[in-house]
Amino acid sequence: MLRIARATYDAIVAHAREDHPDEACGVVAGPEGTNRPERVVPMLNAARSPTFYEFDTADLLRLYRDLDDRDEWAVVVYHSHTATEAYPSRTDIGYASGPAADPRTHYVLVSTRHHGPRTGLADDEVEFRSYRIVDGEVSEEEVEIVETHLFGHSPTTVVYD
Amino acid sequence: MAIEVRIPTILRTHTGGNKTVEGSGDTLAALIDDLDSKHSGLKNRLVTEEGKLHRFVNVYVNDEDVRFTGALDTQVKDGDSVTILPAVAGGC
Ligand SMILES: [Zn+2]
Repeated sequence: MLRIARATYDAIVAHAREDHPDEACGVVAGPEGTNRPERVVPMLNAARSPTFYEFDTADLLRLYRDLDDRDEWAVVVYHSHTATEAYPSRTDIGYASGPAADPRTHYVLVSTRHHGPRTGLADDEVEFRSYRIVDGEVSEEEVEIVETHLFGHSPTTVVYD
Repeated sequence: MAIEVRIPTILRTHTGGNKTVEGSGDTLAALIDDLDSKHSGLKNRLVTEEGKLHRFVNVYVNDEDVRFTGALDTQVKDGDSVTILPAVAGGC
């Protein structure tokens, strides 16, 4: 299960809306070894594409050095699909199954295909789903959105596996 | 002096949990061989059967992505810092 604060959820959705029709991407950092997504780090999609995303190689190095300095890791890696459903593609699965990719990562997929402001559709809807991807196997997990004013009062030592 | 190598979280299973390890060699390929002799299995995670750097892995010597400096043939020397990271990308 992915347990995420409302403000974090909102920040990811806002980023995806902003970059539509290009794919948006980023991470949510948290204390290394935990399942606590606490700090949203929006990344530039170096591909600037509606069908592909990638972290620029120099940005990637800077990001991981920064995480290392803070004793953090990427709890969540997120990106958007702008014309298809919020489900990992073959390319997504390939990268997520790479030999240096941590299988403990939560992969969040957001779909903006039905979102209102840019599409002009009456029914505004953004899909937000989370997955574990291990050796090519995708399993969807439940997303629990915790209202932000409650988040600080939750036990910080709980680890959900 | 040696070459310091930063290991991504998932590959620390090969390094006894250590974030950084040290190795030696004149090229990235030689360095990876040296690392593999001390941390068995590491080479298999980084280098394909065809002897190329795995495409889903990024390796940096100091600040340079080795894709732009000769990949496994990239020259390394004592005092260099090597960083191994998962490439982050995908599509729809
Ligand atoms: Zn995707």
